Amino acid sequence: MRNKIIYGLGALAILLLARNIYLISNFPPERAQGMIFKIIFFHVPAAMTAMLGAAIALIASVLFLVTKNFKYDALAVAVTEVGLAFLAANLITGSIWGRVIWGIWWTWDARLTSALVCWLLYAGYLMLRRAIEEPTQRATFAAVFSIFAFLDVPIVIFSIKWWRTQHPQPVFWGGGSFPRDWSIVMLWNLIALLLLGTVMTLIRLRQEETQRELDSLRRMAHAL
Amino acid sequence: MAFFRQVLVVGVKDLRAELRTKEAVNASFAFALVILLLFSFAFDPSEEQTREISGGLLWIVFAFAGTLVLNRSFARELGNDCLDALISAPVSGAALFLGKALANFCLVMAVELVSLPVFGIFYNVRWTQQFWQLLMVLLLATWGLTVIGTIFSALTVNIRLREVMLPMLIYPIMVPALMAAMRLTTDLMAGTPIGGDSVAWLRMLAGFDVVFTTVSLILVETVLVG
Repeated sequence: MRNKIIYGLGALAILLLARNIYLISNFPPERAQGMIFKIIFFHVPAAMTAMLGAAIALIASVLFLVTKNFKYDALAVAVTEVGLAFLAANLITGSIWGRVIWGIWWTWDARLTSALVCWLLYAGYLMLRRAIEEPTQRATFAAVFSIFAFLDVPIVIFSIKWWRTQHPQPVFWGGGSFPRDWSIVMLWNLIALLLLGTVMTLIRLRQEETQRELDSLRRMAHAL
Repeated sequence: MAFFRQVLVVGVKDLRAELRTKEAVNASFAFALVILLLFSFAFDPSEEQTREISGGLLWIVFAFAGTLVLNRSFARELGNDCLDALISAPVSGAALFLGKALANFCLVMAVELVSLPVFGIFYNVRWTQQFWQLLMVLLLATWGLTVIGTIFSALTVNIRLREVMLPMLIYPIMVPALMAAMRLTTDLMAGTPIGGDSVAWLRMLAGFDVVFTTVSLILVETVLVG
């Protein structure tokens, strides 16, 4: 049953992505930026998916500390890994756009820096997990770190914002003009990426469960 | 009342242990000197340039050297199972944490206060112009660094690659505090007192301290006991 759900959602994600890419490629080039502007249809939804992942990781981490149920630990690590992948996609697409429009791959602008700091924070989370062998300790410490990281994110974003800003203002809430049908496609692409993220998380979650089962079997074998 | 006495006892114990061997402080200060030396190769230390980046340089030195002290904080208790004894002692995790954080704070502060004049001499920076405000920034930022460093020292004490993990985990978290400290220190080194835009940075620094001290106090029991 669970496999069917994963396959079903995966197929849906692929179909939706194919439809969106078709629509996006049929849009005319943007007036000022030309073709490269279309990267925004992936750049922004990837960032949103990553942010959602971080929020779910926080909730799962708190739930783990409260209940000590390893289900939540597995969820936390699964969404963190997937979120990190989406954040990487966000950084890379942003970098490609920057190369074309700004002429440089990277600049220490506020948003870029914050995104990089967030990426490093959550990469640290995964590194921390790797360094701890004992499952309960690993889950507890990782949960504590996740809480610290999540609390740090808004402070990082605000403080870096005070430094300097070169990133284009958000097209949605910053007063920019974005055609209505483009917004709708953007929304659909967000849904597609969220679906994709969900599928990846579910697969990752199953790996974690299998891993835990293996560990417990191994421990049982040692006890005998 | 008993809580503060416990904090004090733990803090004094840590300071005494450190001052008898001086291993962490000596290593930390020597490391600070080495980084200060390396900076002289990284750029040509002309007076004007150095003043412009002095805050950044100093805080890189402090963050790197401070980590050596922080790494030892809980690792020191590993021998003879002292950590288990401390955890099972009738002292709350919060008191243990605060005591250790205070001791680390004193040690890191000491390293900073000795490195500061050395920096001034080597790079010809007149750092005494706004001494009291500079001291306030040092106190606030160092507390931020030590709180984060101490809780993560407890988190990493039992894991593989402890020495590598600690800096890798704490520097990204410290970014806001370090940025504020760098900004403020650069201004103060140039002789500009805190005011206007830099007040916001000072508030940020204080806010960082409050937020992370609170969160650490709440979570330390979980980290130590599980």
